Amino acid sequence: MQETTANKVAAHATSSFTEHLQRDRPELLPQYAPFAAGTSTGQPLAVPHATTIVAMTYAGGIVMAGDRRATMGNIIASRHIEKVFPADQYSVVGIAGTAGIAIDLTRLFQVELEHYEKIEGTPLSLEGKANRLGAMIRGNLPMALQGLAVVPLFAGFDSAAGAGRLFSYDVTGGRYEEQEHHAVGSGSMFARGALKKLWRPNLPEDEAIAVAVESLYDAADDDSATGGPDPVRQLWPVVYAVNRAGARRVSERDLAAMAGNIIESRTAARREA
Amino acid sequence: MTQQFYVSPEQLMKDRADFARKGIARGRSVIVVSCEDGIALVAENPSPSLHKIGEIYDKIAFAAVGKYNEFESLRQAGVRYADVRGYSYDREDVTARGLASVYAQSLGAVFTAEQKPFEVELAVAEVGASQDLDHLYRLTFDGSIADEHNFIVMGGQADKVSGAIEGGWQRDLSFAAAIRLAVRGLVTDNEARDLPAKALEVAVLDRSSESNRGTRRAFRRLSDQDVVELLAEES
Repeated sequence: MQETTANKVAAHATSSFTEHLQRDRPELLPQYAPFAAGTSTGQPLAVPHATTIVAMTYAGGIVMAGDRRATMGNIIASRHIEKVFPADQYSVVGIAGTAGIAIDLTRLFQVELEHYEKIEGTPLSLEGKANRLGAMIRGNLPMALQGLAVVPLFAGFDSAAGAGRLFSYDVTGGRYEEQEHHAVGSGSMFARGALKKLWRPNLPEDEAIAVAVESLYDAADDDSATGGPDPVRQLWPVVYAVNRAGARRVSERDLAAMAGNIIESRTAARREA
Repeated sequence: MTQQFYVSPEQLMKDRADFARKGIARGRSVIVVSCEDGIALVAENPSPSLHKIGEIYDKIAFAAVGKYNEFESLRQAGVRYADVRGYSYDREDVTARGLASVYAQSLGAVFTAEQKPFEVELAVAEVGASQDLDHLYRLTFDGSIADEHNFIVMGGQADKVSGAIEGGWQRDLSFAAAIRLAVRGLVTDNEARDLPAKALEVAVLDRSSESNRGTRRAFRRLSDQDVVELLAEES
């Protein structure tokens, strides 16, 4: 009797918000029943897709940036979408892929981290956070097989190691630690090319932010699904810098100035490609 | 066959209430003070890890006296309730009033239906944009709920401590002054001995956490070092 009560209490003790929902409120979890076989039209569902995210380490932390475009086939679904979010005080997550599912997933991930911190009285380790996100992506695998994949990029400051760290994922939830810099999404090939030339070890923070904005500019140049800086609507990428002091969103004013510099220097160079 | 003796409901409830009161009276006091900078929560607690004060949500904190296992399970239930609510509706929709009423119902149900009542007393505090919008709720073991103003004192010598706080409370106290006032109150409970920072657990709900610290989470636990500095500011 004692044994079973103790076991019951121990089994019920969870610090995970997702686990709690699964047990007590499963209807609240994002769940999309896979279509029955044969109902698929062969065409991917027309829903907004989020595109390019870049992230890189710099002296003292990491920078993550995302463009502002979501596309639906050949249509621009949104010019204002934000795809980089603070996951908690010391980490950020950027999302590429099916926007609706990705935003739901991010919201759940944010609550998951805060919930753990409140229940346990101490935050999860950075590795722990990265693993948790991997498990959530794995849960979306059935949808990914239907063409509704979510591919995040996760980065944060590891206070134990005293450095910024960067994790990428595949649709099966596989988690890979990246060195130096990384990009995901439709324009990632071009952004990665730009990063290879622009990034160098121990960049100061402001230069790292400028490099992030410029690599997104290059991605937008060659990928129609990635939006470049938009001086007409005053739209700039969303950029977060995370260091020992925590995550900070880079102000619109700084980004406007950096994007302005890039456009100016490219105009002055008068180069075609 | 054993014959059950008749016990009147009045007697039964009275016995349960006396039992719970006795358990709570053994505990050290916890003080929650609303002041100009926000809400300060101060407890006498020698353990640095077994907390009596906790964060529930963005603007909501929890403080308790009594049996640790009982109020800890209530705290965790409160965090779950708040996170589920905030996740399924919006962060704005999580209020201290809602949480306090859930606590009142659970405590009431345990008091009447379970073998033994919870030996706890809880405070749920919500910091508002201005002092008039602060909410302080006191919940007792039988599920009664009281909407308090300005401050709450719970625990063993609550009446004595309460008197000391009432004398010194003002509307425009800063955090430092409110915490010093609370510590002075706690000392009256303790045969006039000094309380070192190590024996205190102090947390605040910052009224302007968005502008001061860039976060909507108003709850902040003060380290021993912070408490030593605050207490040393004594004018």
